[in-house]
Amino acid sequence: MTAALDVQGLTTRFATRGDAVTAVNNVSFSVGKGRILGLVGESGSGKSVTGFSIMGLIDTPGEVSSGKVLIDGIDMRTLSPDDMRKMRGNKVAMVFQDPMMTLNPVLRVGDQMAMAVRVHRKMSKSAAWEEARKALDTVGIPSPAERLLAYPHQLSGGMRQRVAIAMALLHNPAVIIADEATTALDVSIQGQILAEVRDLADRTDAAIVWITHDLGVVSSLADDICVMYAGQIVERGTAQQVIEHPRHPYTKGLLDSIPALHEPGTHLPQIPGSTPQLSRLPQGCPFRPRCPRATDICTTVPPADTKDDQTVLCHHPLERT
Amino acid sequence: MFGYLVGRLSQAVVVVFAMSVIVFVGVYAIGNPIDVMIDPGATQEIRDNLIRQYGFDQPLWRQYFTFVGNVLHGDLGRSMVYNISVTSLVFSRLPATLELVLVSVTLAACIGIPAGLYAGYRPDSIGAKVIMALSVLGFSVPTFWIGMLLIMAFAVELGWLPSGGRGEVAEFLWFKTSLATSNGWSHVIMPAINLSLFKMGLLIRLTRAGMVEAMGAEYVRFARAQGLPDRQIVFSHILRNISIPVITVFGLELGSTLAFAVVTETVFNWPGVGKLIIDSILQLDRPVMVSYLVMVVILFVLINLIVDLIYARLDPRVRLKGGS
Repeated sequence: MTAALDVQGLTTRFATRGDAVTAVNNVSFSVGKGRILGLVGESGSGKSVTGFSIMGLIDTPGEVSSGKVLIDGIDMRTLSPDDMRKMRGNKVAMVFQDPMMTLNPVLRVGDQMAMAVRVHRKMSKSAAWEEARKALDTVGIPSPAERLLAYPHQLSGGMRQRVAIAMALLHNPAVIIADEATTALDVSIQGQILAEVRDLADRTDAAIVWITHDLGVVSSLADDICVMYAGQIVERGTAQQVIEHPRHPYTKGLLDSIPALHEPGTHLPQIPGSTPQLSRLPQGCPFRPRCPRATDICTTVPPADTKDDQTVLCHHPLERT
Repeated sequence: MFGYLVGRLSQAVVVVFAMSVIVFVGVYAIGNPIDVMIDPGATQEIRDNLIRQYGFDQPLWRQYFTFVGNVLHGDLGRSMVYNISVTSLVFSRLPATLELVLVSVTLAACIGIPAGLYAGYRPDSIGAKVIMALSVLGFSVPTFWIGMLLIMAFAVELGWLPSGGRGEVAEFLWFKTSLATSNGWSHVIMPAINLSLFKMGLLIRLTRAGMVEAMGAEYVRFARAQGLPDRQIVFSHILRNISIPVITVFGLELGSTLAFAVVTETVFNWPGVGKLIIDSILQLDRPVMVSYLVMVVILFVLINLIVDLIYARLDPRVRLKGGS
């Protein structure tokens, strides 16, 4: 069985004044039907750019320079711009971070949704509104017919994000990319939406890529986790493997700095230093300057080390205890 | 909504009242129209009679209240130069200005807005750069100079169009307009283009700025992620979002063009109200000046009101409240 989403060697570069910056560097992963992949990293680690690269929405001066993005076996990168547009929203959909900004403030929710329906399926306006109403119902919005008549500013943040998720679901896409989709919401709403997303993945068989900086969120949501650092996936494994037995020192550092998992009243450890600028990456392993385990060998490119399907890009991976 | 309209209209009354005081006092300060109108050789007796006849011997405040009283009775006074009522004088000139302005703002909007959209959609293309360069010319080169160039080119050298004046008029619905005859069109097209260039430049720049900003907005990215084609994103999503500043400026420009198309009307010898007000100022035709300016105030208040109502239609977040 082919995976719903298969990304192979994806590299995205941005040409800036002077030189090019590699925001996504040789990234590979795959997500099966009904599975949820958590893509975790700090700000600037390239996780959002990965999402947009999959969608084919990288604008100049950015460019996907190599790699394959297979959605249901179709390579997005070989498609013409118009065929790629027909894939978007239809086979691969995306949900954004800030529900305040993603809906058009001057159009009714129903009009926006009907537009999204009709762009991929020929049907009357009223039939499209009916589709939209059903989609709102699916994501647990009460009295959906009335919500369709509302303008975005008349809905709460959680409600708007549900609308955005409903729009992503309109055409039963094979792949849904959620970019920090619950980050802007308060914790109780976040919990509800995460539970619904988990449920949706099981019901609709969609493969979901959940992009977040919050390891706490993916630990309860995702089946598999990829940890990104400076444009590379530094650790990949099942959620259980990565959360319980992290092998990359960076993943370990992230997990140690989650307040909820930490003993109260003691000093909260943090990773020293800050994310490197992509234009000035250190030689060899990009995490080397901040790494407690770094040695001289870390100035060379770290090898991929795989153990029980858990892959890590490190010279000195932590061993299971 | 009703409360809002009442609030706005009562505001308008205050503005019109304040404006009438300012205009009246200002015009009074400019000079004595009797000195301009009368034969310098006239006797003091004739002079005194005339002064009494026009009420210029009264104190200013009494003159003002007489004027206001007459206006409230629907009488704006008589022109001292043409010796006909100001109302019929202005309304005899208004159709000419209206048709000129109508053609010019239509041109400005129909060319300026699409050009601005294109320039904002492909800001790095050569076409966009040409459009932007032309827009700078449009609102920085003086109107009268372009007007004279147009006359030189199309009337004098090529002889395609008449150099000035208004063409034949014909009955259209209930009023006479030159837009109903082809001869009328040949007369109106050049001054209309001349008048539209500034507005076109302004609309291009405003639309482009809005478009560039909107292209980077989250909701546009989201629309692209839904697979909407760019054409639909521009016309269904963006246009409405960027229309508020465009409509504001359009309204203001419409008002000032209607009231003060002076330069173009003078260059092309167009018998509109802009030329009327300039002539009145030169001849110190006091009733025409005062009445005309009060009418202009009312015009602006009305246009602003309509613009506000359009805002509320375009952007559901705008709420019209009574009072302020």
